[in-house]
Order: sequence, then structure tokens, then C-alpha cells
Amino acid sequence: MSTTSVDLPSHGGHGDGHGAHGLDNPHHQHHFTTMEQQFDTAKLGMWLFLATEILLFGGLFVGFGLMQQRYPREFVEAHTHLVRWQGSLNTIILLISSFTMVMGVQAAKTNKQARSALYLVLTILCACAFLVVKYFEYAHKFEEGWLPGKFYHATGDSIPGSHGYATFFAFYFMMTGLHGIHILAGIGLLSWILMRTRKGEFSHTYYTPVDLVGLYWHIVDLIWIYLFPLYYLIQ
Amino acid sequence: MSTHTEITHSHDGEAGVAHGSAIYVKTLLALLFLTGITIGASYIDLGSGNVVVALIIATIKASLVVLFFMHLRWDKPVYGIVAMAGFLFLGIFLMFDLMDQETRNYYLPQNLHRTEVPLTPGTAPAAMTEILPDTSATGAAAAPAPAAGEKAPEGDKK
Amino acid sequence: MDYQVLTMGAKTGSLPRPKKNYLNESHGFMSWAGTLDHKRIGIMYLVGVMTAFLLGGCFALLVRLTLLTPTHMLFGSKTPILTAEQYNRVFTLHGAIMVFLFIIPAIPASLGNFVLPLMLGAKDVAFPRLNLASFYLWLTGAAMAIGAMVLGAVDTGWTFYTPYSTTTDGPVTLMTSAVFVLGFSSIFTGLNFIATVHKLRAPGMGWFDLPLFIWGIYSTALIQVLATPVLGITLVLLMLERGFGIGIFDPRIGGDPVLFQHFFWFYSHPAVYIMILPGMAIISELIPTFSHKTIFGYRAIAYSSVSLALVSFIVWGHHMFVAGQSQLATVVFSALTFLVAIPSGVKVFNWLCTMYEGNISLETPMCYAISFLVLFTIGGLTGIFLGTLSTDVHLTDTYFVVAHFHFVMMGGTVTAFLGGLHYWWPKMTGRMYSEKWGRTACVLYTIGFNMTFLTQFFLGSKGMPRRYYNYLDQFQPLHAFSTVGSWVLGLSLFMTLAYLLASLRKPMDAPDNPWGGTTLEWQCSSPPIMHNFEEQPVVARDPYDYRPVKVKI
Repeated sequence: MSTTSVDLPSHGGHGDGHGAHGLDNPHHQHHFTTMEQQFDTAKLGMWLFLATEILLFGGLFVGFGLMQQRYPREFVEAHTHLVRWQGSLNTIILLISSFTMVMGVQAAKTNKQARSALYLVLTILCACAFLVVKYFEYAHKFEEGWLPGKFYHATGDSIPGSHGYATFFAFYFMMTGLHGIHILAGIGLLSWILMRTRKGEFSHTYYTPVDLVGLYWHIVDLIWIYLFPLYYLIQ
Repeated sequence: MSTHTEITHSHDGEAGVAHGSAIYVKTLLALLFLTGITIGASYIDLGSGNVVVALIIATIKASLVVLFFMHLRWDKPVYGIVAMAGFLFLGIFLMFDLMDQETRNYYLPQNLHRTEVPLTPGTAPAAMTEILPDTSATGAAAAPAPAAGEKAPEGDKK
Repeated sequence: MDYQVLTMGAKTGSLPRPKKNYLNESHGFMSWAGTLDHKRIGIMYLVGVMTAFLLGGCFALLVRLTLLTPTHMLFGSKTPILTAEQYNRVFTLHGAIMVFLFIIPAIPASLGNFVLPLMLGAKDVAFPRLNLASFYLWLTGAAMAIGAMVLGAVDTGWTFYTPYSTTTDGPVTLMTSAVFVLGFSSIFTGLNFIATVHKLRAPGMGWFDLPLFIWGIYSTALIQVLATPVLGITLVLLMLERGFGIGIFDPRIGGDPVLFQHFFWFYSHPAVYIMILPGMAIISELIPTFSHKTIFGYRAIAYSSVSLALVSFIVWGHHMFVAGQSQLATVVFSALTFLVAIPSGVKVFNWLCTMYEGNISLETPMCYAISFLVLFTIGGLTGIFLGTLSTDVHLTDTYFVVAHFHFVMMGGTVTAFLGGLHYWWPKMTGRMYSEKWGRTACVLYTIGFNMTFLTQFFLGSKGMPRRYYNYLDQFQPLHAFSTVGSWVLGLSLFMTLAYLLASLRKPMDAPDNPWGGTTLEWQCSSPPIMHNFEEQPVVARDPYDYRPVKVKI
């Protein structure tokens, strides 16, 4: 059949020596030679996905930056409408959730499934707390009429009639909203791996989904790390 | 480095526990500390420096998350390259967009004859008001405009 | 022990064909709709993109027919073939379908999906389920685009420029959502291919043992992953501008329409390389195979693919020279644009050097490859006119631009796609097509193409603006010539469809390696078995090594 494979010296290193590596694992997929290769591939795929997330949010950051250059005074004034302690609280909540997440991953790969489940629950609780704070923030903006684009109807701006305020809140809602959607998706993913953890599907030989959801959760945190100072700490 | 990488990647046995939970606790404390710093720094008026300081601290925090929580410190370099590529191309995007927006009112020397149109206020055509300093009502777009005037003497060469 | 001396590129195929292959392994609708096999997904993509090509092609013929006479009427009829509004919609549909539904997924997702794992000696792509999801996203996007078409179609042009797109009537939101979904389909394909190339190479296959097709597809995948998210967010901003008036693009509410063009072209210029790089990748396979000679400058071609991908990210401003971009940016982008010529030139000269003193056989795929070389070179060289500021001011938004990008997109990518389709057709279907009809169609295609589009260079340089419904009477002879050319072009493509479909009615007669190719996909049977190779191939030779080899028998 294959003319090259007949006469070649057997290839050391890469192909050999991996034969016994977890190939009886029920999670092994047929097109991978080893479980290790399968894990690395999944992780590379996840990192590529995270790069697309960076660029997706990045487009909004670029738009925000350029609009800030166009409307510097309106943007600074609009920043003061955001409540600093709420943003700070959410930052702390997300940082703690990132910590519980990484502890959950660590527990999963050292075969401590009960502890892993506990950390996952804590992470989900943090995510929910974040959304609760966000709810109060949004409700306040809605009451005051600080709404995006043509729905903006707040009064008392120092440059009446400027579009800058409406544009600021459009970006505020788009960026925190897209981030919030990612938090919601994260809660879904965390619940999914929590269920699988409770069923005892993960062990030190197979914990890929926990690891990947962990990476996802950290990128959500990372985006907030940039959102927080850019929105809440400008005066 | 490479041997370390293999250890963290192994799915066999306890070798994967090359770094205990202590490092994560330290990372969390560092992140919370930096959050405090950045909030504190925002109360000091540094002018446009505030944004720079905030972004530098945010980048340090992001690096901590990526290096320790996301394991890039111990993982294969390819994942870091992928992540950096994302930021690199974002930087390219931002750089050229900013370059365009900030230099819209700069004209090349050979095009400066445009400003030789009589400039009595009120008679300038609508499109011309854009390039004149301080005639724009909002003042938002007028900042770099004086440069057009500074370069004007060179304009006659072409 | 007996040895037989075989040339690596020898045509083989007298081996008994395995009874089971990926086509007859399982039957029924669900065995295709739910398949995770990259070969079947590739075939489904192929059917999909060819349908889109047919649809977009029919719109193109309609546009050309409308432009046949200045009155847009035929045979003394009193009503025009298309009214001005219909004309706007039809050329928008032609552009949007061809770009987003056909040409972007055409080579990577159909031929690439089929061939890439075979060339790597892998059993499948890295993430088979993601691969299937990508196909269904494509299908969803296609359905949404057709839905928008039924609901009255969009008349913005495929670029969706603001403020027109934020104020015009019609299902713009649905159409842009369709493009958003298609973008994610493209991201998933690219992500999958990058992971596959990194992790699933056959034992012994290092980075510089990869066939050049893989290098091209890999570079394409880099662009798909890094540029497409920005398109996604651009379209979201566009939809929100329409829905909420957020004031980023629409100048009436304080936005900047040029900013939309920045956002759009940050994706869409690299997207031009999503289209052309796979075409170049195919040509890099066809030329050594049919010259029966090692590729000249392997590393140069490989590096030029990656550097084209990188350069594509820093030249987008050349779409906006007269759009109100700052003059500094215009000059910088113009200078950077000329960088594109370097890797493109490297490729063309290496292909020519490969052919030099080669043993060239003019089978159908090679005919397309030679056609590509001519058409792509014309397309590339006319790009220099457009990258130069002073000439571009005259040529912007004229038929010169239309002709230029059709020479690159169609003369480049579609020609290469057809070449690749003919090249791998025996592998995909197990059948040979009629060589006589193949060559005839290729010649007809090249003639028709030049009649249609070479003419448009003249039209454009005389000042005929693109997208206009009406034109001056003095342009009619050239317009008529171009329209007749489109009929020749259409005829050649319908002919291709006919003889390819006809070949499917025959019993399987293709040898495993009908062309004498040296890359791994020619070492499995035609068509391949479900898991591609009987045994894991091991690589110890260069991918284009045509020296004889001793084989134990």
C-alpha cells in the first residue's frame, strides 16, 4: 500500500514508547496516538479560541479608545456616573473566582474530586454575585436615563446635545454586556463540568474539560481587569 | 524548562503537582494588592498619566493571571505565542486607527495650497471649516489643527 | 530479498482496491448529516460552496446581461431586464454570496478539509465535531442570507458601508447576522486546521517536510483566526448602530464613517488572503506534480505564505485612499502595500523555476495552473496601479478596480480551485473525468475570462465607474464585449459541471496515484478508506522528492 512505510528504518522517539499511554481510557479519540497528544491538541485549540476572544473584545476597546479621543470631555463626565465601589467589588469577586477556579482545576488533576466540586460551586457563586452587583448597576443607569444611543435621555449634562454621552453609554453597555454574556456562558460551562465531576468522570488521567473551562474563566477575568480601570477609575 | 514542561503535562501519577496551591494564594494576594494600588492611584491627579498608570497596572495583573492561573509559566511556549499574537494584532489595529484619526487634519506639504482659499469667516465652504483651527463648535476635533498652519510656508515649493 | 526500483512519482493503482471506502462505508442521510469524517464533511462543503458558486454566478450573468445595452432592454422590449433598484440588489447578492458563501470557504473548507489530514498522514482533523459544527454554521449562515434575499434583498454592496447601510431599508440586519455566523464558521475551520497541523503530523514529518499546500492552508488559518473576530464585532456594531443609534459610524449622530471602513477592512483585507493563499497553495502542488520535478525554493515558498499572511494585516488602508482617511495614513498604507509584491513575486518566480527544464505534462489541472500564472500575474501587476496614490485617485471605484479584483479573486482563486478540484477529483470520487473535455473547458474558461475582465480594465481607465446602472453610449461596445465574454465563461463552467457529474456515473476507475504525485494523499487508495491509511505512514523523504527509491516487494 504505502510505498514509503515499507523500507524505512523504524522511526524512534515520536511514534514509539507511547503505546501504553492511556489508550484504554474511555475518553481517548481514535485519531490521536496518545492521551497526551489529545490533551495538548485540545489545549492548543482553546488558546486559539482565547486569541479570537481577545480580538473580539479588542475591537470594542479600539472603538472605545477612538471615541474617547473624539469626545474627551463628555467621556470623562460620563465616567463619573459609574459607581466606583461597585466596580471595585466586582473586581475583587472575579479575582477570587479565578482563584477558586484554579484551585478546582488543581484538585481535579490530583484526584480530589470532592474538593474540586466544592471549588467549582464557589466559582459559580462568585459568578452569580458578580451578576447581582451588575444588576444593581444596570438598574441605576436605567432609572437615570443613561442609556445607549438614541435611548439616552438623561438631563443635566454640561455639554447639552452632544452625542458623546450616548456613545459612552453605548460602549459601556456593549462592553460590560458582552462580558456579562461571557459570565453567563461561564456559569453554564461551570455547571456542566460540576455535574461531570459529581459523576466522577474526571481523574488525573482525564481532566481536559475542567482545564479548558478554567482557561476560559480566566480570560473572562482578564478582560474585566482591563474594563475596570478604563471605566470606573477615570475622573 | 523543557523537563519541567513535561512534568506538568504528564497525566500519569502525582508528577503533575509540580506547583502547590501556595503559589495560587500568593498570586491572588498580589492581584488584590494591585487592585488596591490602582484604585488608590486613581485618586491622584496625574492628568493623562492616570490612564497610563491604570493600564500598566492592569497589564501586570493580566500577566499574573496568564502566567500563574493559566499556567503559561510552566506550559509550552506555543500557547503563549498564540495569546501574544492576539494582543499583537490588536495593537496593530489600534495603532493604525489612532494614526489615522489623530492626523486627519495634517496635510502633506504639496497639498497645502488648499489653505490658500480666502478664509474670511462665514464665506469658507462647509468642507473647509473642518481644517480651520477653532472654528469647529465642539472643539473636539480641533486639537491638532494648528499644525496645518505651521507647515504652511513649505507649501509653496511644489 | 527482491527489490523493485520505483520512481516516487510513479503512477500506481493496479493494486486491488479495498471493497470498503469512505463513500460506501455507511449509507443513509444521517450517515452523512451526522458524520465526523473530514472527507465527508469536505464533500458536503464542496456541494455547498458549488451551489453558492452557481447562484452567485447566475447573478453575475444577470448583471452582465443588464449592462449589455445602455437602455438595459433587449429585442425591442419595453421593460428593462432589471430596474435600477433590482440591479443594486443583484450585484450586492453576487458580491456577498461569492465572497462570504463561496470563495472564503471554497478551498480551505472543501478541498482543504478533504486533503489536509491525508497530506499530514493523519486519521482526521484535530476536532472532528467542531468541523461538523463549522459546516452547520455555514449552512445556517447560507440559510439566513437566502432568507434576506427572499425578504427583499440588500442593496448596500457586499461591503455594507455606513452610513448608507445604517439608514437604507431592507433586511440589512439579517444579512449582516448571516455574515456574522459565516465568520464563526470560518474561525472554527481555521482553528481546527492550525491545531491539526501542529499536533497531527505523521511521525517523521517536521515543519519543513510539510507539503506546500499545508503551508498555504496554515497561513490562511492564521488569518481566519486572527482577523475574523474583528469582522464579527464590526457587524455587531453595525447592527447596533441601526437598532440603537450608538453613534460610532453614522456622522449625523457623531460617528465616523471612515472608522467603519477601518473596522471592515481590518478583516476584509486579510480576507483577500484567506481567498488567494489557498489558491497559491494548490498551485504549489500542481506545478511540481505536472513538471515531475522537485519544487524550486521550497522554504522560500513556505516563508512567503506566512509572510503574506502577516503583511496582509498592515495594508488595509489602501481601500480608503480617497475615503477621507488622513494623508499620513494614506502614504504609510501605500508604502506598506508594495510589500505585498515581494512574497507574491517570490512565489511566482519559484513556480516558473520549478517548470524550467521540467518534464511538463499538460493534463487538465496543469492547464488550470498555467492559466492561473497568467491571470494572477495580470491581477497582481494591476494592483500596483491601485496601490500607487496618484493613479489610484483616477482609478478608484472604476471598472479598473472591478477587473483587478476579479483577476485576483476569480483568475487567481477560482482558477486554482478548479485546478485543485480536477487534481483531487480522482481521489475524492475514485473516478477519472474526460481529459478531452477538461482541457477544452479550461481553454474556453481562460478565453471567456479574459474577454469579460480584460475589457473592464479598458472601461475603467476610460472612467466607467463601478456599480453604476447607467453608462454613456460610447462605452457600449466594450460593455457588450464583456457581456459576451461572460457567456463564454459561463458556458465553460457549466461544461465543467456536466462532465464532472457525468464521470460519477462510471464505475470507479481512478488509480491511486493518477498524476504521479509524491505527497502522502496519493499513497492511500482512491477513494480512501474510512480511516485514510491502512497503516500509519512514516515520513523520511522530502515532500517533492522525485528521485527513484528502492522498494522491497
